[in-house]
Amino acid sequence: MTVSVDTERTVRLTVNGVPREATVPVRRLLSDALRHDLGLTGTHVGCEHGVCGACTVLVDGAPVRSCLVLAVQVEGASVTTVEGLARDDGRGGQVLHPVQEAFRECHALQCGFCTPGFLVTIAAGLEARDAAGEITDEEVYDLVGGNLCRCTGYANIKKAVRHAAATMAISAETAAGPPAISAETAAEGGER
Amino acid sequence: MKPAPFRYADPRSVPEALEVLAAEEGAKVLAGGQSLLPLLSMRLAAPATLVDLNRVPGLDTVEVTGDGVRVGALVRHAGLLTHGGAARVQPLLARATANVAHPAIRNRGTTVGSIAHADPAGEMTSVLALTGGSVTVASPSGERVVGWRDLFVGPLETSLPAASVVTSAFFPALPPRSGTAFAEVARRRGDYAVCGAGVVVTLDEDRRVAAVRASYVSVGLTPEVHDLTDAVAGSPVEKADWAAAGALARTLVEPDGDLHASADYRRLLVGVLTERTLTSAADEAVERTPA
Repeated sequence: MTVSVDTERTVRLTVNGVPREATVPVRRLLSDALRHDLGLTGTHVGCEHGVCGACTVLVDGAPVRSCLVLAVQVEGASVTTVEGLARDDGRGGQVLHPVQEAFRECHALQCGFCTPGFLVTIAAGLEARDAAGEITDEEVYDLVGGNLCRCTGYANIKKAVRHAAATMAISAETAAGPPAISAETAAEGGER
Repeated sequence: MKPAPFRYADPRSVPEALEVLAAEEGAKVLAGGQSLLPLLSMRLAAPATLVDLNRVPGLDTVEVTGDGVRVGALVRHAGLLTHGGAARVQPLLARATANVAHPAIRNRGTTVGSIAHADPAGEMTSVLALTGGSVTVASPSGERVVGWRDLFVGPLETSLPAASVVTSAFFPALPPRSGTAFAEVARRRGDYAVCGAGVVVTLDEDRRVAAVRASYVSVGLTPEVHDLTDAVAGSPVEKADWAAAGALARTLVEPDGDLHASADYRRLLVGVLTERTLTSAADEAVERTPA
């Protein structure tokens, strides 16, 4: 037969911008490969059958359940975990992603077990969203509906989504170039 | 909660996939894996070999013609949901895929895979039935088209032999002067439907009801299409008694009870969802019927 049928494979992928490699049994779930083979324990494993959303990561930019993907399937792909959400600040430190900042601001976590899945899902959802216009309730429900949290009752998580959406809308506006700021306002803001 | 050991192949063509499926005893096709991997992790299934289609080029295309929409085996629910051309020819596709689980599942799960999986709680099996669709199946003896009636045998069971690959599904276009709608009741947002309904209403040139068909999710063991025309036939669309069509539907279905809902409650939901979806499908049919 020309097609190779394997029980073990070496997988090469990019995780949070860093090229990584692991030799794994083919039945290894991506969630376990990230935690056990690559030492990235930020991705949490809850139900292991796709219901809870705690293990959500981005594969080539799109949120997927890492417990419902085999490690061998991400050969050549780019994976982002919760460890990859924060950005370098250019001074040797890191700045939190606006969604992480909003979770802290709004007390959107208690035990924190489900938090990595929420953060990754919401960050990808808000980044894909057209930032113009206030986020609707429907959008918020859709963003958090696939993740289970047993502590918070979701109220503060939804608050954090709105907070992050507003923050990201403002920074998108700034990136697009300042709208007409008057000379007066600009001078006031100069010393901040 | 880890899959039992298996062997793995990721062929680069459909003939290569068929070769492995024929050579390996107890082999199973893997596409999106959003239903198969939970079954493996819960040890409800333990195939000896997984044949992963994800590296086969050319299976991820949606082809739209005036006749209908052909969906390749690797098209994700999310891809079909946002495909404008597909929605114009058969609006039921986007309406139903919006009800498939959560965005993270739709990003990975495939429409054709969920049809081949034949779960009575799956949306797209019902949509295939309601639109009168078919699948194209490749096997060592060649390619053939299997209509939906010949495809579904029982829960999680199709008529297809093990050494075969469903390469695409075809959903015929929405006929002229017709409208569709789809709705579900679920315990939690994005969860499996306790009951779901898809409907098609077709009017005649005088805007009288000519045909009404419905198909349900999580009702019965395999998808079925119910003809509800008798309840409203010939009625001017604005006066049609959609509640009567809902009442007729309740007499036609044979739901089962389970932990989430009794058979009687599902029957009630069939009536409620039928009336609700028909009202909205009729509006679309009117829009698509020249005055």
